[in-house]
Amino acid sequence: MRRLVTDTLVISERNLGRLRTAPDLLIAFTVQPVMFVLLFAFVFGGAIQTPGYDYIDFLIPGIIVQNIAFGGFVTALGLNEDVSKGLIDRFRTLPMARAAVLAGRTLADVATNLLSLLILLATALIIGFSFDAGVGEILAGIGLLMLFGYAFSWVFALLGLMVSSPESANSLGFLAVFPLTFISSAFVPVESMPGGLAWFAEINPFTIVVDAMRALWLDAPAGDAVWGAVVWSLVILAVFAPLAVRRYRLAAAR
Amino acid sequence: MTTTLVPSDPQEAAVPDNPDEPAISVRGLVKSFGDVRALDGVDLEVARGAVLALLGPNGAGKTTAVRVLTTLLEPDVGTVRVAGLDVVRDAGALRERIGLAGQYAAVDENLTGLENLVMVGRLYGMRRAAARERGLELLADFELMDAARRPAKTYSGGMRRRLDLAAALVARPPVLFLDEPTTGLDPRSRLALWGTIETLAGEGTTVLLTTQYLDEADRLADTIAVIDRGKVIARGTSDELKDRLGGERLEVRLAEAAAAPVAARALAPMSDEWPTTAGATVGLTVRGRDGTIVEAVRRLDEAGVGVLDLGLRRPTLDDVFLSLTGHVAEAADDEEGTA
Repeated sequence: MRRLVTDTLVISERNLGRLRTAPDLLIAFTVQPVMFVLLFAFVFGGAIQTPGYDYIDFLIPGIIVQNIAFGGFVTALGLNEDVSKGLIDRFRTLPMARAAVLAGRTLADVATNLLSLLILLATALIIGFSFDAGVGEILAGIGLLMLFGYAFSWVFALLGLMVSSPESANSLGFLAVFPLTFISSAFVPVESMPGGLAWFAEINPFTIVVDAMRALWLDAPAGDAVWGAVVWSLVILAVFAPLAVRRYRLAAAR
Repeated sequence: MTTTLVPSDPQEAAVPDNPDEPAISVRGLVKSFGDVRALDGVDLEVARGAVLALLGPNGAGKTTAVRVLTTLLEPDVGTVRVAGLDVVRDAGALRERIGLAGQYAAVDENLTGLENLVMVGRLYGMRRAAARERGLELLADFELMDAARRPAKTYSGGMRRRLDLAAALVARPPVLFLDEPTTGLDPRSRLALWGTIETLAGEGTTVLLTTQYLDEADRLADTIAVIDRGKVIARGTSDELKDRLGGERLEVRLAEAAAAPVAARALAPMSDEWPTTAGATVGLTVRGRDGTIVEAVRRLDEAGVGVLDLGLRRPTLDDVFLSLTGHVAEAADDEEGTA
């Protein structure tokens, strides 16, 4: 058990260490989300009606959830690379804890997610976002985002282990995550969508997480959204973590 | 070597610290992927401190064998013991005692050379300071000190391969596996790596290496096992293998391909087997060396065959294969079988 913890930390450190030498990744974590916030806020902002909220206030929780969901992309790309370049073989011949390669990966995502979250929040506050929440709720929101992001990292871990190249991880990932985030309450009120889409948006876990964030940060009516978001995150984790671990064993045993 | 403490039951000898147990012992190893038998009943034995070369073409099963020996794959059938430990039952403990380096230099390109070695050291359970010290030591040994703080992606192919080998040596493993260590390297890096491997072997490390090159096996290995289609088809020292080939090859390039059958008939008495022909080239394994060329020229002249070039050369892997299996050393393919 002690071995699992130290090995996981070593792998996390390795994955964070590579950010230094791969500046393009650092840009993906920092500049890109800021660009999205600015584009949405100022290009779409004037055209989208969000009754009860300024669009900036409405947008920020949604776009942060989207950004956090994409945070696990690094895991997909990195794992795919580790398998194709044979680094996984090296790890598997070392007397290290088996689970540490995946656990270390996803843990590193939490750190990078936190970094891009802080940059996004700073940007949001500069362009006029305001919390309607106490410190406790703000922190609870950050905690929920980290949990949701961590769960999603395992989805990407599975994706990265299943596809044959980083390019297909990229396009499949976008194919899956883009519709999920757009057909949700992240960017527009669900009521404005046509029937079928609205139905999907209602049951979409993204909607539930975004609604939970609005409840925590904007004092929006919560319903069961906060608990729903926690449960969804745990369910995603419980389903995808074992699948990814199993896939890791298979991929490594080729 | 004899010893007075031979246990009565051979199974009793299977404890990690018995100095008489071979470093590597493989019995009846079978490994299939779907319908393909990658390893079809392999037996191998490597004494402590010895170097064994597993020689064979692509697809012969060399890499599969290494992957089983290094716990990356589980055998379907057979017993495989390395450093006195079973590769399945004692896999965890075994990983403390082996190092693997290969043709796909498995280093993290985004980390520096030193960071790579420190990471591996820590995954062996070393403390950070100790891992760092060992990493610096290895970088010095492998002449990578100047590049220690550069990302590995800036390294040349030879440097990467050295870093990969250094990573395999972090924990000073008594048994080292090298999967095609010099494939794709330029001749200078290749020679340097050979020197390193010789030094390691000289210090008592048991080495199992796979290679497609007879000269590499020749230079580095005490024993060579020739593997083809998942089976060990010959084993011995390099001299023994060459003896089995029955001497050196004479190759004649003719002025006209049409004359090949005539040339083959003229040269046939010089060999124990019928000469092979491919286009305008006739080849045969000759018995002796002295006077061979003169005799060949005389015979071809008498037969009225025009010759562009002829020469004697040392046996190559292709010759070993042709002689041992009757098919050329290409990736295993069921349609072959003509000689």
